[in-house]
Amino acid sequence: MEAAEGVSAPTPTEEMNGAGTLMDFLDEPFPDVGTYEDFHTIDWLREKSRDTDRHRKITSKSRESLWELIKSLLDAWSGWVVMLLIGLLSGTLAGVIDLAVDWMTDLKEGVCLSAFWYSHEQCCWTSNQTTFADRDKCPQWQKWAELMTGHTEGAGAYLLNYFLYILWALLFSFLAVTLVRVFAPYACGSGIPEIKTILSGFIIRGYLGKWTLLIKTVTLVLAVSSGLSLGKEGPLVHVACCCGNLFCSLFSKYSKNEGKRREVLSAAAAAGVSVAFGAPIGGVLFSLEEVSYYFPLKTLWRSFFAALVAAFTLRSINPFGNSRLVLFYVEYHTPWYMAELVPFILLGVFGGLWGALFIRANIAWCRRRKTTQLGKYPVLEVIVVTAITAVLAYPNPYTRRSTSELISELFNDCGALESSQLCDYINNPNMSRPVDDIPDRPAGPGVYNAMWQLALALIFKIVITIFTFGIKIPSGLFIPSMAVGAIAGRIVGIAVEQMAYHHHDWIIFKNWCRPGADCVTPGLYAMVGAAACLGGVTRMTVSLVVIMFELTGGLEYIVPLMAAAVTSKWVADAFGKEGIYESHIQLNGYPYLDVRDEFTHRTLATDVMRPRRNDPPLAVLTQDSTTVEDVETLIKDTDYNGFPVVVSRESERLIGFVQRRDLTLAIKNARQKQDGVVSSSVVYFTEDAPQLPASNPQPLKLRRILNLSPFTVTDHTPMETVVDIFRKLGLRQCLVTRSGRLLGIITKKDVLRHMAQMMNQDPESIMFN
Amino acid sequence: MSCRAGSWMFAAAAVIVCLLDTAVFAEAKNFEDVRCKCICPPYRNISGNIYNINVTQKDCNCLHVVDPMPVPGHDVEAYCLLCECKYEERSSNTIKVTIIIYLSVVGALLLYMLFLLLVDPLIRKHDPYTQPLHNEEDSEEMRPRADAGPARGNTVLERVEGAQQRWKKQVQEQRKTVFDRHKLLS
Repeated sequence: MEAAEGVSAPTPTEEMNGAGTLMDFLDEPFPDVGTYEDFHTIDWLREKSRDTDRHRKITSKSRESLWELIKSLLDAWSGWVVMLLIGLLSGTLAGVIDLAVDWMTDLKEGVCLSAFWYSHEQCCWTSNQTTFADRDKCPQWQKWAELMTGHTEGAGAYLLNYFLYILWALLFSFLAVTLVRVFAPYACGSGIPEIKTILSGFIIRGYLGKWTLLIKTVTLVLAVSSGLSLGKEGPLVHVACCCGNLFCSLFSKYSKNEGKRREVLSAAAAAGVSVAFGAPIGGVLFSLEEVSYYFPLKTLWRSFFAALVAAFTLRSINPFGNSRLVLFYVEYHTPWYMAELVPFILLGVFGGLWGALFIRANIAWCRRRKTTQLGKYPVLEVIVVTAITAVLAYPNPYTRRSTSELISELFNDCGALESSQLCDYINNPNMSRPVDDIPDRPAGPGVYNAMWQLALALIFKIVITIFTFGIKIPSGLFIPSMAVGAIAGRIVGIAVEQMAYHHHDWIIFKNWCRPGADCVTPGLYAMVGAAACLGGVTRMTVSLVVIMFELTGGLEYIVPLMAAAVTSKWVADAFGKEGIYESHIQLNGYPYLDVRDEFTHRTLATDVMRPRRNDPPLAVLTQDSTTVEDVETLIKDTDYNGFPVVVSRESERLIGFVQRRDLTLAIKNARQKQDGVVSSSVVYFTEDAPQLPASNPQPLKLRRILNLSPFTVTDHTPMETVVDIFRKLGLRQCLVTRSGRLLGIITKKDVLRHMAQMMNQDPESIMFN
Repeated sequence: MSCRAGSWMFAAAAVIVCLLDTAVFAEAKNFEDVRCKCICPPYRNISGNIYNINVTQKDCNCLHVVDPMPVPGHDVEAYCLLCECKYEERSSNTIKVTIIIYLSVVGALLLYMLFLLLVDPLIRKHDPYTQPLHNEEDSEEMRPRADAGPARGNTVLERVEGAQQRWKKQVQEQRKTVFDRHKLLS
């Protein structure tokens, strides 16, 4: 619209008109024109042409003076500046979250007497009193029972600790849900489905606002440390996008253009994953594969930069004290063998099944929450889920600690110095060199003990995660999914290891596993399992493998990870095409036009367009015979978001398209500021209004808000093409003509409804425009 | 325009926090913040042990850290091969500052929440502002910039109050969308 206008502005006629009496107020655009209302879809084409226009203006101005030149250079650099700021802020916030979570998680069990702000590990960091047997105990760190009663052992102390653990968990989750409810309701959930929708061109005002940022950061810490089965990774993407939106408002280039803003947000999402997993490249790929809709190369480079800065910032905060960006960073050096691909693929199958089960069950539960009485008690729901989680989690040492720590332990290979139960193997007394490759050993009682505890933990995690994802506090899905996979993987890994140890003579183990060799790494199985389960739930492939690869830092494990990721995607796709995020988008009825769906039905534009056969005719404006009053009635009586403008009602030849919002604002503005505009004034969309006798009321000229290049198709265009046009160009609406005459209109919502109908779903589930 | 200024202030605050963090980090390497930890497993008749002292990265090996050496001279090499020494750094000040800032933010939010829930309704019983939103038309017009004109509110206090009222309306609307109508995020 503005582009067309930018071209026509310097023409002599316009100059003459501008100097005339008609339309002085329109020379400076009034506020809010070209913006969108809440829950509306943006028009990518219009945004793009507006940016091109703005850019052209700046370039032409920059030749005028040095100051303008500097301004244009600043403008060109502002994208990188925004990225730098996003990286710094999201890295810092991720560090704060990590540190605070570390501390608060341990607060459930005890407190550091020497300095209350230390977590258990930090408290005993410098202590010389740790012993080899009890290496995480030190006198400075006291459990609550020890502090209150002085006893460390016994049923009384256990019960008191148990009780306080539940109490703290309840307190944290209650605080989280009240803060969310009072200050920023949009801060709940994982945020990725909504961000996907926003990036595809939807407006949710306040979703990326400052309060959402603050509350999401604060409550995320509370939610994670309450011990619920949720992770911080998804919400961190939301937090990073909030940072992106915040810094967008500093530069008019981004704050005034919804399309450009989305480029920044795509890059911010990359920064979010970069700090969540310590995987900058994985973050960029995640943004590309999973979240973004429109991802030009320029955004790729910028995301790369933002992810880099974010990772660097987090690294300099060093929240885990291990010079790594995540708690569960591992380093293996042992090779894997061809035969191991079989268990890896089996883990992939498990991951796919888990993904399918989780999506089905979680969506069913969320639908129940959405439609029944259950949704009326969000606070109570959170409290109940927390109580159940805490009561069931405490007795099992593998669920009591934070999920990240659990994953970290499952990923780790058993060295000679590991003290955990999982590494309780029977050592050969003659073994003398506990270097990296310890030969396979028979499992000790601790490992068998750990096995059934892990099995219980697996069942518990599977069930509770289904009910946790979607409650009204910030909750991510990555960590619980990875935990499920890691537990399953570790169990399989130990099983394979013991099988190989006890049956050296079996034909499959003969070449691969000689006695005294280190042939199976259970930690690697845990990692493959985690990748498979995450892949089954989210249906990521490339970015998932890259994230996992960045976590291990070993190139040789790419093939197992790829095998598992692909298998889990195949298996999960067999049960349902959509990943968890798409399913939630569908459940909420967001207007998200998936680029990956294929549309293969043989319908035509004329079947989809409005008005339908028996509907009243299309509401149109004429270019020079509608009065202000007519327009106002039309706006009042209909709820359409835009109106086609035609030459006259008889000929119905199309001139352009005008947005309802712009029309409302223009008329309101003209009524206030322009003298002589009354209800009977005629609205002109032509280039110049005819000279009218003085008795007639002053005309209102609105060519400025008219989009002269609306997208049109003919009525016999196949819907396949129309859907493609909507997807690729990001249209908001498209007009349908037959031999130049306007027939109807297809909006994005119509397309979505049509697609839903074709897939035998309820078309009314698409809720927004 | 006030929105713009707010954003700048927020950004500035963020950058300051960032700088503060780095500053804290830079001066932080006090005696508590480095350690060299050696874990030595059981060897012959000697039980396993953990050594934890504060040395430079260069000296972080079994020979320097394990003191007194539990084995006779000719066994030192074998014993030290078993030990695993790790040099680690942390920043205790960053942890302290972060936790304290976090707690004060939570505290401030709780206080503000209590204020909003308990004190505020008492003060503005007769305020025309608190008229709940009756018609949808009105609530749709509550976009931040639409009525943020300089005309409203002469003093700073009034302007702050106006902004607060607008924000409250927005949150109320969000609450309706998420918790009552279940349109989003369910």
